[in-house]
Amino acid sequence: MSAVLKIENLSKSFVLHQQAGVRIPVFDCLNAEVEAGEAVAVTGPSGRGKSSLLKLVYGTYRANAGAINVLSNVGWTDVVTAAPRDVIELRRDVIGYVTQFLRVIPRVPAEMVVAEPMMDRGIVQEQALERARTLLERLNIPERLWHLSPMTFSGGEQQRVNIARGFAAHFPILLLDEPTASLDTDNRNRVLELVAEARGQGSAILAVFHDEAERRIACSRSIGLD
Amino acid sequence: MTALLSAQSVSKSYGARAGCMDVCFDLWPGEVLAIVGESGSGKTTLLRCLSGHLPASSGKVHYSMRDGRHVALDEMSEAERRLLMRTDWGFVHQDARDGLRMGVSAGANVGERMMAVGERHYGHIRATATDWLERVEIPEDRIDDSPWSYSGGMRQRLQIARNLVTSPRLVFMDEPTGGLDVSVQARLLDLIRGLVKRLDLAAIVVTHDLAVARLLSSRMMVMQQGRVIEQGLTDQILEDPQAPYTQLLVSSVLQV
Repeated sequence: MSAVLKIENLSKSFVLHQQAGVRIPVFDCLNAEVEAGEAVAVTGPSGRGKSSLLKLVYGTYRANAGAINVLSNVGWTDVVTAAPRDVIELRRDVIGYVTQFLRVIPRVPAEMVVAEPMMDRGIVQEQALERARTLLERLNIPERLWHLSPMTFSGGEQQRVNIARGFAAHFPILLLDEPTASLDTDNRNRVLELVAEARGQGSAILAVFHDEAERRIACSRSIGLD
Repeated sequence: MTALLSAQSVSKSYGARAGCMDVCFDLWPGEVLAIVGESGSGKTTLLRCLSGHLPASSGKVHYSMRDGRHVALDEMSEAERRLLMRTDWGFVHQDARDGLRMGVSAGANVGERMMAVGERHYGHIRATATDWLERVEIPEDRIDDSPWSYSGGMRQRLQIARNLVTSPRLVFMDEPTGGLDVSVQARLLDLIRGLVKRLDLAAIVVTHDLAVARLLSSRMMVMQQGRVIEQGLTDQILEDPQAPYTQLLVSSVLQV
C-alpha cells in the first residue's frame, strides 16, 4: 500500500488578537504519512494539538506553514493552499471527519442526516437511506427515532448518528476525533468494528482515541505529539 | 468550468464616503457565499452592485449567461439585464414588501414571474403556483389571499417561491431572516437550505448573523469599513478566524 495522506513540515500557532495578541504555538515542522488501509493514532497529552491536527487536515484550521497533501482521483491536492471549492470537493469525495458532536440541523430526520453525504456524492436517495438505516441499526439507534430530528436525542444518540454519518459514505480518508468517548461497551465495540471494516475496505484513518486499549485495537501505529 | 459570477475590484463610493472597496471573488455554480459584517460595513452596497441594482463606481462584475457568454453587467443592454433579473436571478429582500407585489394575490405573485418569461396558459400557471406555494409550506387555501393577510414568515416564504419559480441559477439574499421571530427563522432557514441543495442553486447571502451563515453557506467573506478583510471556507472563518475584527465578531456570539 502507498501513502494517500502526506503531512510535510506542518506548523500551526494561534494568535489571539482579542487577548493582547498572545501567540499559542501548537506544533512546528510536523511530518507524517498515512497509507491506504492503515489506521494511525495521534497521541499526546491533552492540549498538545491532537484535535487541531485533524482539523488542519480537514481544512477547518489554517496552517502557518507546510503542506497537507491528499490523494484523490484527480491527483494530489495540498489542503493548505487549495481553493475553497477544491477543499469542498475533497470533503465530498475523499475526507470524512467524525467527532463526538453532531451539528444538529432543525427538522432534518436522523436517517437523512446520515444519508446526506452519500446523496451529495450522487447516490440516489433510496439507496442512501437504505445504507443509512443499516448503520443506524448497527449503532443501536431504535427504529422509531429514524424519522425524527436528532434535536431531541440524548448526547450518546446524537454521537452515534454522527458516527453513522461519517462511516456511511466510505471515505478514502477518515479523521476520527474520539469517536468512542462516552459510549457504553457495546456501542464502543460497534464503532471499533466499523473502524476495522473501513480499514479493510482501504480507507486511511487518522484517529484520536483517549482509551489506550481501544487505540491498540483500532490502530497499527501512532504519531506522538509531545 | 467557469465561474458563474466574478467580481473584479468592485468599488462603490457615495461622494467621499466609501460604500465598498476593491472587492474581488469568484462564485461557482451551486456555491453559497455568505457576506457578513456589522451594519454599515458595506455588505448591502456590495450586494446591490453585484446584482446590478446599483452601478459600481469602478471595477467589473461578469456573469456567465445560460448561452455560455461571459458578460459584464455594465455592458449589458437594459433589456438584457431586466430579462436576467426576471429569469436567471432571484433577489430576496429583507422586507418582503420590497420583493412582493402587495396589491395582488399570493398566487398572482408567483404567476406574474412566470408570465414575465412568456408563460400564458392559465391552468399551467395556476398549477405551478400552487405547487410552489406547497413547496414553501403555504397552505393551498391561502393562494388567493393578499400578502397583506400573511404573517412575516409566510410573506418571506412567498417571496422565495416567487423568486424560484423561474428556476434561477443565482439568488441574492439580503438578510433573509432579519426581523423574524427565532422559531420562524429556523423554519425559513431550513427551507432555504433544502431548496438550495436540491435545486443546486448558487446564492450570495448578506447577513449579520453568523449562525445563518454557518447553516446556509460553504464560503464566507467578512467585511469591515467597506473592505473584505477575510475570506475562506465558512468553518475556517468561524473556527480559526485570523483577522482581529473577525476574532472579535466570532467571540462576540453568545452561546446558548
